[in-house]
Amino acid sequence: MSGQKPRTLFDKIWDAHVVETLPDGTALLYIDLHLTHEVTTPQAYAGLRAAGRGVRRPDLTLAVVDHNIATDASRYTGIVDPESRLQVETLEKNVVEFGVPYIPLLSERQGIVHVIGPELGRSLPGMTIVCGDSHTATHGAMGALAFGIGTSEVEHVLATQTLLQKPAKNMRVWVEGTLPVGCSAKDITLAVIGKIGTAGGTGHVIEYAGDAIRALDMAGRMTLCNMAIEGGARAGMVAPDEKTFEYVANTPDGPKGAALEAAIAYWKTLPSDEGAHFDKEVRLRAEDIAPQVTWGTSPEDVLPISASVPDPASAPNETRRAQMQRMLDYMGIEAGQKLVDLKVDVVFIGSCTNSRIEDMRAAAAIAKGRQVAPGVRALVVPGSGLVKKQAEAEGLDVVLREAGFEWREPSCSMCLGMNPDKLTPGQRCASTSNRNFEGRQGPGGRTHLVSPAMAAAAALAGHLADVREYQPKESV
Amino acid sequence: MQAFTVLTGIAAPMPQANIDTDKIIPARFLKSIERSGFGKNLFANYRYMPDGSENPDFVLNQDPYRKAEVLIAFENFGCGSSREHAPWALLDFGIRCVIAPDFADIFHNNSFKNGVLPVKLPRAVCEQLMEDSRMGGNAKITVDLEREVVVRPNGEEIPFKIDPLRRHLMLNGLDDIGQTMQHVNAIDSYEAKQRAAQPWLNR
Repeated sequence: MSGQKPRTLFDKIWDAHVVETLPDGTALLYIDLHLTHEVTTPQAYAGLRAAGRGVRRPDLTLAVVDHNIATDASRYTGIVDPESRLQVETLEKNVVEFGVPYIPLLSERQGIVHVIGPELGRSLPGMTIVCGDSHTATHGAMGALAFGIGTSEVEHVLATQTLLQKPAKNMRVWVEGTLPVGCSAKDITLAVIGKIGTAGGTGHVIEYAGDAIRALDMAGRMTLCNMAIEGGARAGMVAPDEKTFEYVANTPDGPKGAALEAAIAYWKTLPSDEGAHFDKEVRLRAEDIAPQVTWGTSPEDVLPISASVPDPASAPNETRRAQMQRMLDYMGIEAGQKLVDLKVDVVFIGSCTNSRIEDMRAAAAIAKGRQVAPGVRALVVPGSGLVKKQAEAEGLDVVLREAGFEWREPSCSMCLGMNPDKLTPGQRCASTSNRNFEGRQGPGGRTHLVSPAMAAAAALAGHLADVREYQPKESV
Repeated sequence: MQAFTVLTGIAAPMPQANIDTDKIIPARFLKSIERSGFGKNLFANYRYMPDGSENPDFVLNQDPYRKAEVLIAFENFGCGSSREHAPWALLDFGIRCVIAPDFADIFHNNSFKNGVLPVKLPRAVCEQLMEDSRMGGNAKITVDLEREVVVRPNGEEIPFKIDPLRRHLMLNGLDDIGQTMQHVNAIDSYEAKQRAAQPWLNR
């Protein structure tokens, strides 16, 4: 439309969902899809019940269990931990009472909420998507506006299908060029956080753009957007393109036929207009990115694998020096140690960041024909029953098992220490998850965030390792 | 929600940036289906030793900070997970206000929904307030949402700003679902319009 102010992808989706603007500028924003899980909903349903309210649009709501679920056979005989069991049973009662569609634990569609949304064709371009979980940013890979909310907001969406929101600022992260061998979307997202810091995106929605982003497959874009929150952003997004449309067309529950055609025609209008205003822009060259690994207890404390542990004495100020020293003490590492010399006890390949079929393939390609180092426990946890089924159809489970990896059942697993998969104090883990906070994977656990290929290489080496030295022996 | 008007109390200094929600309440304590009872596990990994005894070095285990109602910290407070259990745990412990240079977005939102007031003040001011708070029980500070000022123990007033709608809801302890329900007709017509324009969104 000539004469209209150029708008960003975020602006267009935002504008299309404003139900009403309140006098102070707060928008009542319509929500197209509300994904829910067992941890952040019990108090929301209790609130509805106490106020005599129902769920306005159960058809736009989907529930699944993921955080509390064990990844071994014990899940099929009932959850052992009584508190975890109560939380799951509470969700199961609530979905019946409020008529919300639910994917039960025993369904092959069960999985991590941020894996199943796109996979089933529920998370679509142009949508507003929320979930009581900060990694909801993942769904922005579809070209949607997707963000995490707290339990009071979960209750608000259940009751009204809307949220009271102030518009975010626009930020664009450009990544141009060709990603080097051994690097993946995980290395891009870690490198971006290393550049902008954990609060670099606060108040903003990040749109990732540039040919290195366009070159990523949908799983890679999900990994990228998943960690937007670790850069402080409200959401991460990638403009929808032919890859997005093809992905949606192959989902079981996505629109089909004429509905899909109409949807695609609309989705093609969504990418940011030429000349649209961004409040902040950041540029990276893909060629400059090397396989990344975190050394500290914040995702911004990340370095190329060839680097050494930094020296707090080099910190720009006393606060940072003290913070770095605290991180080194917690991580049990010393300034100047080479990162590749850090021995690992556990390797975790999974989580909403990296548990899709492409991640399973990346890990298996490195593992094939090799062996996990003695004394290392290596877990591979597919993100959903459908990912697991596909991986098994491709024989990836056999490759991984033969190499000494454990092949587990779908769950959030060792990302956050809420289910039986946990680190014990002092254990060091190369993990494909998203947070290296103190105690995140279990009290006293030490987390190094890496890509699936880097995690597989660490498992084989027994220490953090440069995946470029472990390229596939043959194609899997 | 409990209203927040004026609070005068003891402030505890936590001179750290990036105090994440896993620090505030570790995930293993998120299994309750209630809103209350999280206070005993607030900062659990720092408050308690591995054997469960109190860590005497942790600020909230020291007098007078056991009774702290205000927390003062550095940048990016509440980063990480969306868990509302973080403000629930602060509230359950007795903390009604956090003062920091800035906050992570989701924590900031969640706090307002629970009557925990996040106050943004420049780092130099936070450092000053931390110094004040180290004077202990004789150095109470006042946080006045009505007038939007923090009052130091020496009587100096420091202004802050809160979004008008949030301030209104907080001063009156209002539930924002009730507020939104007043717009139900607008939501109805939005849905009708969207159903016609984007049929693929409805199942």
